[in-house]
Amino acid sequence: MNNKQLYNYILAIADNNLILGQRLGELCGHGPNLETDIALTNIALDLFGQTRSYYQYAAILSENYKTEDDVAFLRKEREYKSVLLVEQPNTHFGYVIVRQFLFDVFHYLFLENLQNSKDGTLSAIAKKAIKEVSYHKRFSGDWVKRLGDGTSESHEKIQEAVDNLWPYTNELFEMTKADTEAVTEGVGVNLSDLKLKYYEEVSEVLKEATLEIPSTPFFQKGGKEGIHTEHMGYLLADLQYMQRTYPNMNW
Amino acid sequence: MTTIEKIHIEKHLLPILESVSDPEIPVLSVLDLGVIREAVEEDGIVRIKLTPTYSGCPAMDVIGEDLRNAFSEIGKKAEVDLVLSPAWSTDWISEEGLQKMEAYGIARPLSEFHDKEALLGNQKLVKCPQCGSTQTHLVSQFGSTACKALFQCDDCHEPFDYFKCLK
Repeated sequence: MNNKQLYNYILAIADNNLILGQRLGELCGHGPNLETDIALTNIALDLFGQTRSYYQYAAILSENYKTEDDVAFLRKEREYKSVLLVEQPNTHFGYVIVRQFLFDVFHYLFLENLQNSKDGTLSAIAKKAIKEVSYHKRFSGDWVKRLGDGTSESHEKIQEAVDNLWPYTNELFEMTKADTEAVTEGVGVNLSDLKLKYYEEVSEVLKEATLEIPSTPFFQKGGKEGIHTEHMGYLLADLQYMQRTYPNMNW
Repeated sequence: MTTIEKIHIEKHLLPILESVSDPEIPVLSVLDLGVIREAVEEDGIVRIKLTPTYSGCPAMDVIGEDLRNAFSEIGKKAEVDLVLSPAWSTDWISEEGLQKMEAYGIARPLSEFHDKEALLGNQKLVKCPQCGSTQTHLVSQFGSTACKALFQCDDCHEPFDYFKCLK
């Protein structure tokens, strides 16, 4: 794999973490209670930590960019390769939990396989990250059950979130050109192999939570090609503001 | 990506390393915590390889800075590199470190299996660092930092941090 191909492959992984971390960061000080607030921002911190490792690696491979901050903050919307699921807004706590859960199950399966990557850096990041993600998955799975099998109001609200976020799950397994190249080289993960296990695991938790999977979903995709939903522009405006206003600023 | 399977720390550097502590658990030195994988002096420069506990742990930047400062105070330049592999685990905290942690009021990590049981609320296993009772319950899976969960003792009612098992 040449540097450019590897660079694109890494960004696709890292951008999911960055965008989901940004969404969770928006909840800092706004969580439904103190414990949940702290939990969600801790998860964001893990995701940012992992994404820094990816971007630092990507920055080394890139020709035009120099630092991890450039890679993270100075691209245009069309250049972000994150899936549509992670940019969906924090409509209410049910959405926050379902979005997290639907991503965590995928994230865990993905990292489990990325650990075997022939690329030493990616494999090391995966081995580190999977330990953290196992806690994320436990947290979001527990909350899916608590809200689904909770009061009639919590059930109704989280079912609404499942109905509206479910159409974004299929894109997680969409193989891009970068994915195919990476798999051929033994560097990447074959996403289609994860699909069956993913739906099994997710269905099991949703069943326990007394939640229904939408029967005739119309699946959405586009994020991996840089075609995002209307929410992404607002998210990026927030995310990029400081670097765009004060270029090269540092903490 | 460098991988360091075996810890290699030159003896004469130990006293300075011992003086640098985790900013979030000040009773633990970086050696107790097991985050120093390598420390060698070459041509007057101290080269340190540091492994993060959690990927996003903000303490890592501070620890790197503190290490450089500690060595500059004795007139030595230190270079600190982060290494990810092999990934840090709570097994790397020394027994002495675990004891200091408990005395400081943080419950020590359980084994992987028991940790899961405790965090799922299936069994009462986490020992209250204040009164020693195991009649404790989970308040939140995430505590004041990413590495800790929040518990409360049913006997003495003190809330306390539990250092989660990471393997």
